[in-house]
Amino acid sequence: MQVIRAILFRLATTAVTLFGVAVIVFVVIRVVPGNPIAMMLPPGATEDDVTRLTALYGLDKSIPQQLLIWGMGVLQGDFGTSITTRQPVLALVLGRLPATLELSLMALIIAVVLGGFAALTGTLRRGTKTEATIDISNGMALSIPDFLWGLVLILLFGVLWPVFHISGRVTPSLDLPFTTNFYLIESVLRLRFDLWADLVSHMFMPALALAIPLAAIIGQLLKQSLKETMHLDYVTLARTKGYSETHVILREALPNAVLPTLTLVGVQFTFLIGGTVIIERLFSYEGLGNMAIDAVINRDLPLVQGIVILFAVIFTAVNLLVDLAYGALNPRLRHG
Amino acid sequence: MADGRAFVKRPWGARLVLSSAWLGLIMLAALAAPWIAPKDPLAQDLFLGRLPPFWVSGTEPGYYLGTDSLGRDVLSRMIYGTRIALTVALVAGSITCLIGATLGLLAGYLRGWIDVVISRFVDIWMAFPPVLFSILLIAVIGPGLMSIIIAIVVIDWTRFARVVRAEAMAQGAMDYVASAQVAGRGRIGIMLREILPNVLPTVVVLLTLEMGIAVIVEAILSFVNLSISTDDPTWGGMIAEGRASVHQAWWVLVFPLITLFLTVLSFSQLGEGLKDRFDPVLR
Amino acid sequence: MSFLSIRNLSVRIRGSDTRLLRSVSFEVDAGEVHGLVGESGAGKSMIGKAILGILPKAVEVVEGQIWLDGVDLLTLPPALRRSRIGASCALIPQDPLTALNPSRRIGGQITDRLVDILGWTRARADARALELLAEVQITDPARVLRAYPHELSGGMRQRILIASAFAAEPKLIIADEPTTALDVTVQKEILRLIAAMQARHGTALLFVTHDLGVVSKVCQSLLVLYGGLVVETAAVRDFFAAPQHPYARALLAATPKYTDPAASLIPVPDAVIQQTKAQVDAADGAWRHG
Repeated sequence: MQVIRAILFRLATTAVTLFGVAVIVFVVIRVVPGNPIAMMLPPGATEDDVTRLTALYGLDKSIPQQLLIWGMGVLQGDFGTSITTRQPVLALVLGRLPATLELSLMALIIAVVLGGFAALTGTLRRGTKTEATIDISNGMALSIPDFLWGLVLILLFGVLWPVFHISGRVTPSLDLPFTTNFYLIESVLRLRFDLWADLVSHMFMPALALAIPLAAIIGQLLKQSLKETMHLDYVTLARTKGYSETHVILREALPNAVLPTLTLVGVQFTFLIGGTVIIERLFSYEGLGNMAIDAVINRDLPLVQGIVILFAVIFTAVNLLVDLAYGALNPRLRHG
Repeated sequence: MADGRAFVKRPWGARLVLSSAWLGLIMLAALAAPWIAPKDPLAQDLFLGRLPPFWVSGTEPGYYLGTDSLGRDVLSRMIYGTRIALTVALVAGSITCLIGATLGLLAGYLRGWIDVVISRFVDIWMAFPPVLFSILLIAVIGPGLMSIIIAIVVIDWTRFARVVRAEAMAQGAMDYVASAQVAGRGRIGIMLREILPNVLPTVVVLLTLEMGIAVIVEAILSFVNLSISTDDPTWGGMIAEGRASVHQAWWVLVFPLITLFLTVLSFSQLGEGLKDRFDPVLR
Repeated sequence: MSFLSIRNLSVRIRGSDTRLLRSVSFEVDAGEVHGLVGESGAGKSMIGKAILGILPKAVEVVEGQIWLDGVDLLTLPPALRRSRIGASCALIPQDPLTALNPSRRIGGQITDRLVDILGWTRARADARALELLAEVQITDPARVLRAYPHELSGGMRQRILIASAFAAEPKLIIADEPTTALDVTVQKEILRLIAAMQARHGTALLFVTHDLGVVSKVCQSLLVLYGGLVVETAAVRDFFAAPQHPYARALLAATPKYTDPAASLIPVPDAVIQQTKAQVDAADGAWRHG
């Protein structure tokens, strides 16, 4: 009962936040000087054409009215029509979503592996030069944003040693037998590992660029948390039972050290997802972020609207998941 | 103690020195640009396009780091680029800090409805992907230096607000504040004279961080062609161009990237170094 | 040789001259209960930690031998030493609230040593755990096995830690002030429990405490530590009849007597402290030049 109440409360605040986001985007975009409709029409268009099309997209009404119309549409699942492509926004946006999700998740996995490894090694070798080196590299990785790492990776592995692809999601000439847009997942399910390899070699660089700052944060947080946990009595007691240092770190300390880092890592993950906007652009990766930039530049208001709302929904979903995970994993809260 | 901890503490003094040195260098470059830049950053010469740096054969003398596709000298453009970068860093950084920290302070100490309103705003703001938001704002306001500064302030004030709010709340719960209240000091007075000085170290560290972020945002916006006019040299613009011709003229990307890298790194390490200085425990 | 024989054990802070244990020597027979007595900081816990191999990172053994059942633990390679200690020694820690892993169920924390280090089967280990919980007088042992530490009281957790210590039938148990962190009402029961189990299992027990009253009830012999130096070693009966060292005598006199409150709360006289400190310094001097 308590859990249901908590979830409902979260959903309510989330709705308020999303509403706020929608309003802000709505207002901001429509303050823009310059009529997007006029940009879309061929040079020979008449004033009438412009007026007609403007009315068609409802841009002649007042802002509160437009907001209301849009809101009503959303409740029925209609997010409007893209001005640039004339297609329904919802379909466009959901079509690109899988690509960005796969990229973000791959980045998350890389970050957890790298960061976890750094933290565990630093703890196992605490007080040595190895730990100091890890600390210094961590600090550097933290200071440099994903954008710069992306450029560095492009130079290193795209130009200097062209091991990975630095452009696109998949080699254009390939024939893709997929039904959904979750290319990576489907390639595994269909046992098409040649396609999987091609996809990974395209995704790895952008995912790594996104992952590096997060890996550094995980590394630092987890190492600090482990350091504190290692001093606790039950860890010392485990040593007297005859367990090796490695076992003690992995089986006694780690499960308890992970929990406090979970919330912050969740927040940082949402930042990572936000970073896909520029990283996708940098690597010409056909995801949501890339489409968003074009939409903004082209003043495609309905599309921008849809994308921003979707990002906001993703962020809130991630935050909710993190809170649920925390509640589920913390033994004290489980029996609360 | 003969363990690595002593080893780790010592180079940290070097942090402050190195980062200040680099930042000092680019500040010097920004101020002295007209005198130290070898060529005119805007001068195009298509016959001298895509010349490699001086240590590679097939280049012209005087173009030390090579030229871009329009024949413009990379080194000179980089030197002039420091001006935009630093202006954005200092101005945008400071204004963001001022607005964000003030709101955070008010929310954290005064609590009540002020806190509720400000916190809600922060939550809504943080639901936007920052890059997208900035691109959106620039698209709306139009390109230009002022727009970039406004965009950075509008988007990143939440960074300060959140942290300062938390700090102010923590400080507000402490005994020295309670004694000031009992002594009859007004709330604003307490906020300014008791809380603010204790929150200041955190704010300064965040400020250096913000400056680094401001430079990056400008670079990203240039990259997406939404910064200032395409002619004036910015590191981001050079990077964008360099990315497009990375296989033919790698130097157009590499050198501005290195300067951007070092500048962002220096800002953040400056912050870390200052943090260590301020931390009474480490002292 | 006795079952446990500590010879000339000296321990110090790394990189400094200050010894925390000063040439400590004593013997414990198999099945004997030996008390380690001293004020806070005297080094009594340090002895136990040195034996079990859990000295803090900043502390190192300078000299000495720790003979356990015919083997000098300090000469063994680390992995061998670890497994030997795990199989034949155990610790009853001081604070039951922090000595159990909050994320693991109780059962696993009692049986893990048996399964992982001694190679028992799950079934045999679980059965043993149930036996032990019954022995420490826990009602509904099956439920407790599946519980998490935060669901249980401090007293119950200490019983579990005691059970866990006896699980592998160790030959030596080190009890590090096992009742200090408990409520007064519970202390007596726990003490009685430890004594009973020690008698039943025949385990040698090193009892670290600052409380002479406890020593008189549970121990057969004791040593008194001051500043890491052993100032007196004796059989309990002899000690309480006639303590030899001035400091030990003062310690005994300082024990509150409920029968004679007026005579209670006599602090250790300054002169005695000075005299004992001088003894410590002399030992250091001899050690440096020896």
